[in-house]
This record gives sequence, C-alpha cells and structure tokens, in this order.
Amino acid sequence: MSPVLSAKSLSKHFDGVVAAEAVTIAVAAGERVGLIGSNGAGKTTFVNLITGYLKPDAGAIELDGRDVTALGPREIERLGVARSFQIPQLCAEMNVLDNILVAAACGGEALSFWQPAHTAQTRERALALLERFALGAHAERRVAELPGGIRKLLDIAMSLTRRPRLLLLDEPTSGVSVEEKFPMMETVMAAIAGETHSEGTAVLFVEHDMEIVTRYASRVVAFYSGRVLADGAPATVLADADVRRHVTGGQI
Amino acid sequence: MKRTVWFGVSLVVIFLIAGLLLPKWLLFLCTMAAANGVVSLGIVLLMRGGVVSFGQGLVFAAGGYAAALLSNKLGVTDALLLTAAGGAAAVLMTAPFAVLLARYRGIFFAMLTLALSMVLYGVLVKMDALGGSDGFTMSRPTLLGMKIADAWSGYVLYSIAVVATGLLSIGARIYFDSSRGLVSLAIRENELRVEYLGASVTRVMAANFLLAAFLGGAGGALAIMALGHIEPNFSYWTTSGEFVFVAILAGHTGVLGAFAASFVLELVRSFSSSYFPNTWQMALGIFLLIVIRFFPRGLGSLIKK
Amino acid sequence: MGAYAAASFVAWFAAAGFAPWMSIIALFMASVAVAALLAPLVERGLLRVFYGRDEVLLVLVTYALFLILEDATKLIWGANPYFVSAPYALFGNVQVGEQAYVGYDFALVVVAAVCGIGVWWGLNRTRIGKVVLAVIHSAEVASSMGVNVSRVYTFAFMFGIFLAALGGALTAPMISVQPGVSVSVVIVSFAVVIIGGLGSIEGAAIGALIVGLARALAVHTWPPAELFSIYLAMAIVLVFRPEGLFLRVKARRI
Repeated sequence: MSPVLSAKSLSKHFDGVVAAEAVTIAVAAGERVGLIGSNGAGKTTFVNLITGYLKPDAGAIELDGRDVTALGPREIERLGVARSFQIPQLCAEMNVLDNILVAAACGGEALSFWQPAHTAQTRERALALLERFALGAHAERRVAELPGGIRKLLDIAMSLTRRPRLLLLDEPTSGVSVEEKFPMMETVMAAIAGETHSEGTAVLFVEHDMEIVTRYASRVVAFYSGRVLADGAPATVLADADVRRHVTGGQI
Repeated sequence: MKRTVWFGVSLVVIFLIAGLLLPKWLLFLCTMAAANGVVSLGIVLLMRGGVVSFGQGLVFAAGGYAAALLSNKLGVTDALLLTAAGGAAAVLMTAPFAVLLARYRGIFFAMLTLALSMVLYGVLVKMDALGGSDGFTMSRPTLLGMKIADAWSGYVLYSIAVVATGLLSIGARIYFDSSRGLVSLAIRENELRVEYLGASVTRVMAANFLLAAFLGGAGGALAIMALGHIEPNFSYWTTSGEFVFVAILAGHTGVLGAFAASFVLELVRSFSSSYFPNTWQMALGIFLLIVIRFFPRGLGSLIKK
Repeated sequence: MGAYAAASFVAWFAAAGFAPWMSIIALFMASVAVAALLAPLVERGLLRVFYGRDEVLLVLVTYALFLILEDATKLIWGANPYFVSAPYALFGNVQVGEQAYVGYDFALVVVAAVCGIGVWWGLNRTRIGKVVLAVIHSAEVASSMGVNVSRVYTFAFMFGIFLAALGGALTAPMISVQPGVSVSVVIVSFAVVIIGGLGSIEGAAIGALIVGLARALAVHTWPPAELFSIYLAMAIVLVFRPEGLFLRVKARRI
C-alpha cells in the first residue's frame, strides 16, 4: 500500500539558517508518529512545509501518491490533511460551538448563501464532536474567556471536523501543566479514534515530553538542525546515541 | 429562515400602513433613510468580514446613474425593475475589481475603495453627456405598468422603498445567518485558520464585496427615484463617509440597525441645514468619535440587549 | 492646516513689514506652529484612547478627525481662497536651455530630498530613531527595556504632523488655498505610500516620483486622464507587488 504522506528530500533555508535539509519521511495510514527535537530543530517547519504554509526550496511532497508540493494550505486541506497549531488559532470573539460550526462549514462543499449555519443537524454533530473532547459544557462560552488548555483542545477539535486522512498536531500539550498533559493526550487520542477516517487517520504530533512520546507514538522521528537524526520505533530512537546527545540530553 | 421572512414581511406591512399617517416631509425623509440605509447595510455586510469600504459612493452612483439612464434613454420606468437594474449595474461595474480588492484589509481596503469612488467622481464631473457636475433629472418612475398620480407620489415612492428595502433586508438576514455568513465572521477574526480549514478567504471576501455593491446600487436607484435628480456628488467621498458613519452607528450585529441609524442621520441632516449649516461635517465627526469610543459595537448592540 | 497656517503667517509677516525673504521662514514657522499646537492635542486627547484597537477603527477615528478639522479650517479661515504668492517669486526664474523654470520649484525639490534623507538618517542612524523603530516593532518589549513608549508616540506623531504641515505650507505658494485641497492630498499621498510599500522611506520617494511622472505624462498627452494616471500607476504596481515595491519581511505567524 502506498503511504499517505511521502516527503522526499525536503530542504528549506531562511537567510542561511537551515530549517530543513534533505528531510525524507513516509507515513502510512493509521500510524502515530511523534516528532521530537530541540527548539529550532525544524519540527514546525516540517509541519508548515507539509501543509503548504511554506514552500520547500527543494524536494517534493506527495499525498496518496499525488504531488502536492506546489499547493497552498487550502488545497492541501481539501485533500484530507488537517493541522492544529502550537498557539491555538481560533475565533476568539465567537463561542465554542460557532468555532466548530465554522470548521464544519469551511470543510463542506460550497459555502451556502442561504442554508442556515445553525440547524438542528449541524448543532447536533458539532455538540457530539465537542463531547468527545469533553468540551460540551463550554459550548456556549466565548473563546476569549476560556483557559489555555480548553482552547488547545478546541483547536484540535476544529481540525478533526472533516475526519482527515492525515492529522498534524503542533505541540498539542505545550502550555499545559504537567499533571494535565496525560489526561489531555488521552482525550485527544480517544477523540481521534472516534472521528477517524475510514482508512485510518495517520497522526503526526510534535512533542517535547518523552514520556508522552513513548506512550502515544508508534514511531518516532528525531530532528536536529533541520535533518532527520533517527526514525523508527520509539524505544530504538530514544536509545540512539546521537538522539541522546542532541535531543533528549540524556534524560530517561 | 421562515421566521426571518415572516418577521420581515410583517414589518414591511406595518411600515406601509404607518406611511399613510405620516406627513409629507417625514415620508420623504423615511424614503431617503431607507434608500441610504440599504447602502449602509452593504457596508455592514462588509464589516462582518472585517473590512470597511470608504467608497460605497461608487456603487451608489453606479446604481443611480444606471437607473436614471435606463429611464431617460431606454424608457424603462418600472420602479422595482429599476431598483434591481441599479443593483445589477453596480455589481457589473465593480466585478473587475472584486478579486483584486478581496486581498486587502484595513486601511488598504478603505483607501482603495475610496480611490475608486473618487475616480468615478472625476469621470462623472468631466462627462458632459451625463450633465457634468450639474448632473441631470429623471422623470418619475411607474409602478407595475401604472403611472403614479401626483397626489400619491410621495406615498408610492415611500412604499416602493419600503418594499424593496424590506426584501433586501430579509435577504441580508438570511445571508448573515447562513454558513457563508458565519464564515465571514470567522474571517474577521482569524483568516489564517479559515484558509487552513479549507475555505477560500479571497472568494468569500470578493462575494461579500459584490453583494455589498448590489445593495449599494439598489440604494442608489431608490434614492434617485425619490430625488428625481442625480449628480456626481453621489460618488463623492463625503457621501461615502456618511454611509460609513451610518454603518458604524448601526454596528455589525443586525440588519435593522442600519435603517435606524440612517433615519437618525437624515433627521439630524434636515435640522442641521437650518441650525448649523457650516459645521455639519464637524458634528458628524464628533458624533462618530463618541460612537466609536463608547459604543464600539454600534448602537445596534444596544437595541438587541 | 499647514497651508492655511502658512497663508496666515506670510500675511502677518508682510503686515509686520518684514523683508520678503522672511516669508520662507514664515512657512517653516507655520508648520512648526501646527505641529506644536495640533499634535499634542490630537495624540494625547484622542489617539491615545484608541491605541491597541483594531486598525479599521483607527482609520475611522482619523476619518472623523478629518471631518472635524475640515470644518474647523472653514470656521477659522472662511471658505474663500487664499493666495500666498510672496515666497513663490523669491527664487526668481532659472533658465535651462530654452525653458524657464520657477526657482521655487527647484528649491522645493531640494527641501523634499533633504527631508527624506534626514528622516531616513534619523530613523536608521541615530539613537532616537532606533528607539522609535523598536517601539514600532514591539511597544511592550521596548517599554520593558526602559523606553518611555508614550513619549515616543507623542514625539513620532508630532514629527509626522510637522512633515505634513510643512508639505502643506510649502505647497501653499503654488496653489490657491481653499477648502477641499486636503482630500486630493490624502488620496495622492496614499497612492505614493502604497506604490512604495508601507513603512519604507525609499519606497515613498520612488512612489512619489512614479506618481509625479505618471501625472506629468497624462497632463502632456491627454489631460482628462490626469486623475486616472495616478490610480493606473497604483493598480499596475499592486497587481505585480500587492504589498508595494519595497515590502518588509513579515514575521512568521505560526
């Protein structure tokens, strides 16, 4: 079976700074890939390249065997790639439910000029999704009033409305307190399992906490100054000498 | 949606009955408030997407001149037809710029639209065929094939304005409540996310611009029918500024606010010409500052609560 | 305001019996007076309240201010046009080949160049300029480094007003000063800034040249298109460079 995502020797430089250098990664349906690396190692750049926010200087990106290197974020989203953001990207003045309805509307076919955004059906679906993320109680709250952890969850919930083939989570647990990290990942992973694409959603997540990576990733890719340092099963990668020196700093 | 339609239709009926009781000067004032209110409703529609046009005088003039020319040169005199034609003409005229303008926000959008309207003003002033800076007059329209009697002209023109703005307002409300309307509000807040969710921000903004143009053109046609005379001032920046003023006063939450605010402006205008003719703009400016400072969501937000 | 103030100052100087060359000083004093009087009033009294709010809102605030000042000038100076011809004749005529040019026009070009280079130098090469740039970039960080942000705002605004008033004052001798001159200036200067790119001094200079040449070309070949030519130039630039000729690098948002 061809991989869902295939990144072939991607390179990206910013004024001499290497953000990505010959990055080659293939991801199959249903995989849970943890991306690790210190700050500036090129994890977010990789996510931004895959989702079309940045254009690579060299290399190619394929989704289900189709070349998407030249496409922008919108077209790539339309092909079943969704992402969440390190800093939640929400509509702060709207309530939680409306944020989900926006996500559902944007992902749908053509935007209707007259079909109401709020119908019994759309609300029911949106509330069901919110329930999976344990956000049902906040449905009518204005986003700007909510604490960071809740916003983080809402950000991820929005990216799941279309049951993507490939989901990229950029630091889903950053800014969340240590004791909340595990419950949060538990909620997110369970929700993804509940809203999964028929062929299995592949998940890539950027993460700094190695315990979370070990628990939730089926595979780990370690980045160091724009390059892939190691790629494989979590235990193997985390035991790698280079990874211990440059990424995990000898912890675990 | 059904509720919106019923509510709108009953309001139109109420205004039609109330019109029978109004004195002539107030009838005319309400007609102009309705016509100008539709133009401002277009700005409200744009504001929901996060941009403000300082050049709606452009579409106002486009609609007005189109209606007047159709009536004078081609003999199309039906009032409702002219209103629709005014809207259509404004859409046609602005269509080439829609996609270009849809990429801009904030001060860029405001100034580019202002520039466009001033170009039209400059052209109209120099076009002798269209009466130059004096403009030209247009004869009274007909309604559904009937001539309008002198004694009833004020009321009939009022009724036309009420019905036309009623229909457009119902349409606007339905649009505001639609999924596209909701996405417009989302663009105002976070267009990056909207693009990442798979919707084309540029396309939504371009469509909003054209919808606003239609409302502006229809408003222009209604205004010229009531006034009977058109001149390049329709496209002047002060005209556009008054539309913005009304839209800000109304806020972006509702549809009715635009008409309430438009009515207030017409009322103040009719008094100001006799009491403070030289400081009209200053009064507008000060009032605008007060509204922005103390009612950032417009007076419309007060009505709702 | 600058143009009107210039008209008044030149008239006062003439009435006080100063020599004609002093009228140049009158022009400068007029712009300083406008900046000193108007800037603190507007910045402290009005704009301060709206800092940090939506950009569109600031546009509306300045628009409201524009309406108010437009009427204020009418109240102060009346609706009749003023003519400030004294300084215009000062520099005599300059003969270049067959053509005679008015010396004042040349002087104006020199003053504009000096202003442009001065502002560039001031912003990029002096301490105060760097502080201003830092505040533009992030008021919060600058403030935590000990910069008096509010004073920088007032200073920058006052200087901006001074330049605008100077522009008005120096233009006054070439035109008849009357209500309505401001709108055309707003639109033309906006076109200049857009062509050049927001926040770029080199851009503004080149934008001004392009607008000027486009206008001159239109006036010579087909006068009715003068107004058009500005927007045509602007539209052509925008189609190819949506952010203007000299765009700044934007920070990454995600």
